[in-house]
Amino acid sequence: MRPPGGALVESPTTVAWQTRRAPLLNSMDFNTDHFTLFELPVRFRLDAALLDRRYLEMQSRVHPDRFASAGESERRLSLQWATRVNEAYQTLKKPLSRARYLLHLAAQDVGSENNVLMPADFLVEQMEWREAVAEARAAGEHHELEHLHHRLQGDIDERYGELAVLLDDRRDLEQAADRVRRLMFIEKLLVELDDAMIACEEQ
Amino acid sequence: MALLQIAEPGESAAPHEHRLAVGIDLGTTNSLVATVRSGLAVVLRDELGRPLLPSVVRYLPDGSCQVGYEAQARQALDPRNAIASVKRFMGRGIADIANHESMPYVFQDGPGMLRMHTVAGLKSPVEVSADILRVLRLRAEAALGGALVGAVITVPAYFDEAQRQATKDAAQLAGLPVLRLLNEPTAAAIAYGLDNAAEGVYAVYDLGGGTFDISILRLSRGIFEVLATGGDSALGGDDFDHRIFCWIIEAADLKPLSVEDASMLLARAREAKEYLTVHGAAPISGRLSSGEIVDLTLTTEIFAEISQTLVAKTMQPVKKALRDAGLSVGEVKGVVMVGGATRMSQVQRAVGEFFRQDPLNNLDPDKVVAIGAATQANLLAGNRAAGDDWLLLDVIPLSLGLETMGGLVEKIIPRNSTIPTARAQEFTTFRDGQTALAIHVVQGERELVSDCRSLARFELRGIPPMVAGAARIRVSFQVDADGLLAVTAREQTSGVEASIVVKPSYGLSDDEIAGMLKDSITHVRDDAQQRALKESQVDAQRLLEAVRAALAADAELLAADELARVHNAIARLEAAALADNRRQIMLAMDDLEADTKDFAARRMDKSIRRAFAGRNINELDSDAAATTTGEHA
Repeated sequence: MRPPGGALVESPTTVAWQTRRAPLLNSMDFNTDHFTLFELPVRFRLDAALLDRRYLEMQSRVHPDRFASAGESERRLSLQWATRVNEAYQTLKKPLSRARYLLHLAAQDVGSENNVLMPADFLVEQMEWREAVAEARAAGEHHELEHLHHRLQGDIDERYGELAVLLDDRRDLEQAADRVRRLMFIEKLLVELDDAMIACEEQ
Repeated sequence: MALLQIAEPGESAAPHEHRLAVGIDLGTTNSLVATVRSGLAVVLRDELGRPLLPSVVRYLPDGSCQVGYEAQARQALDPRNAIASVKRFMGRGIADIANHESMPYVFQDGPGMLRMHTVAGLKSPVEVSADILRVLRLRAEAALGGALVGAVITVPAYFDEAQRQATKDAAQLAGLPVLRLLNEPTAAAIAYGLDNAAEGVYAVYDLGGGTFDISILRLSRGIFEVLATGGDSALGGDDFDHRIFCWIIEAADLKPLSVEDASMLLARAREAKEYLTVHGAAPISGRLSSGEIVDLTLTTEIFAEISQTLVAKTMQPVKKALRDAGLSVGEVKGVVMVGGATRMSQVQRAVGEFFRQDPLNNLDPDKVVAIGAATQANLLAGNRAAGDDWLLLDVIPLSLGLETMGGLVEKIIPRNSTIPTARAQEFTTFRDGQTALAIHVVQGERELVSDCRSLARFELRGIPPMVAGAARIRVSFQVDADGLLAVTAREQTSGVEASIVVKPSYGLSDDEIAGMLKDSITHVRDDAQQRALKESQVDAQRLLEAVRAALAADAELLAADELARVHNAIARLEAAALADNRRQIMLAMDDLEADTKDFAARRMDKSIRRAFAGRNINELDSDAAATTTGEHA
């Protein structure tokens, strides 16, 4: 993953959103994609700091608390917009959901976790990982869990790097969909690993 | 700036009318009310200049009540009718309350929420809270000179829907329109952040009288973004008092205490805890009703030791919240301490060690929550001024989901989702020709419906008959900026739709609230209270009969003084059973049971000896024989 880059020009933006205090909710386009909503390029590699900043700018314009004393229809519109902005932000913030969303925009089917056939070697690898986690958890080996966590995180970072190349550089959607499916398994494994670590700490 | 606004007589200084709104910190131990005046948030004081209102309500026989310091002063003398820490009971049944058996109140379980018997009748926690809120409303109206458009009332972040709804009900009962319920740590963060122009990630560690909350927030150019919250709605300073109380009983080797003695020692425990925040050791002394003197010294070391597990218990939610926020300890720029209980040195130390930095204590932990709430109330009332440009992005504290087949929970909106938010999921029918679908909305993190809180149930009817699995029912959850949940179910092919705005079924219904309003005027004695009294009178008679029968059979087992003591206890219970005080009956029953314990044991011995008499050892079972052969051989 690319580190958040770009020089932050703080003061002009601050002024910008503070003066845009009378938002024209009606004039905003509800049907744009999530990237366009935040004025970001439609691609996987993302300036996370810029996304955060645009999200906050957007919320400060549309959030219902800004319309506490407005009329009924404006308040309803504000609720819809704030909901939409939150959804878009959550989708783009995490790399896996961002990749799935890109494939969705390109009409590339990813399939759901339950009905895709994965290659046997990948599944065997996954089972080995799970066994290792289960064993370490049963033995209460927090240190081993940390080690597994570190390894898995490294593996995940590498896979997202590969995914960025497939999506942004090579535009190979089929391969990208395959990598996304694998990552769906692996992210789930990471959650299990987290749970195991918490359970271990609580003992 | 406010000083420069000079108005002509008869002309308003404000460009538009200032709407009167307040922030209320409805605390376990103390409550406060604050408002924004001339751009500054201030805590409103009572006629004696005191900012705090102790959250104690004492009910009197004529149906009226005392609230605050007056009630607190009478707490030890009238523990049953002086209700303290009522926040712990909001939206809760008896089973939810830890240590309820050591509390002086006479509880009764009610539908969804417990009630308490007082001389002024049966009181729900909602009514008690409403009595506190009413005093604060009157204080604010007197200070501000007009009716309030509304209030922001703070609640622990970890309060679930039942507890939040109970709080809203209390406000309604007190005649206070609720602008919003605001999470306490968030309120503190707003006060702290605006005061210090803070930027970055902050943790708010809020240990109040009865609840613990942790919130992780990102402060960025006037926006307060809650990243994660967690906590324990039944852990607070009261538990530390209780630990000291238990230590006193153990260290002084005390017998079971009367309600008054227990109440007195609990007060001494609390004083010792407060004394230890500035001293290394606290003297604890008191005289019990028996004349026995308690004289002990509690050191900070002993206190740290006996409360160690409580402090450790707060760290689990801290870790969980950090994990939910996707952050490590090193990324937290500051830790804001809120709540009187954070004054304890062992808490300061533990938090400092965990976050590897000194916690921030530069705001009065008692006032910071009310100040933050007042600031938010001012904004929601529409009094936004130039330069007042800040915004709060809050989250839901607990996951919201649906019951699916087999009593399992399908989470629709995960905890810590930023609100407003909406999520939809498709479900289908289970049987051929199924035309209705029952929808059960639940709240909580557990997998089984039975482990979560039930929020609402409704039905989608009129689904066209299809084979099982063919219908496509889209269930949408929408949570608005106030945290209010609306659920809609729609069958996609036919377009039939049903929806509900969730008001928890265990809160109080509008009818119940109307009823309470009426009761509070007429002081109608409650039927349920009468029934409980009757039941305890019947129990007392049953116990008396049993003891009398035992005495008739085996009185010779007792020495003369023991016999006199039992007769004495019998006489006291007989007298209590005639009066209309359930608590007295229960206490007299406890006494009689205690005084006849040895007697019962001796009767048991006697009957066993009688059973064994004249039998050969070989007739007894082998285990008993094995242990006794040596003596009989």
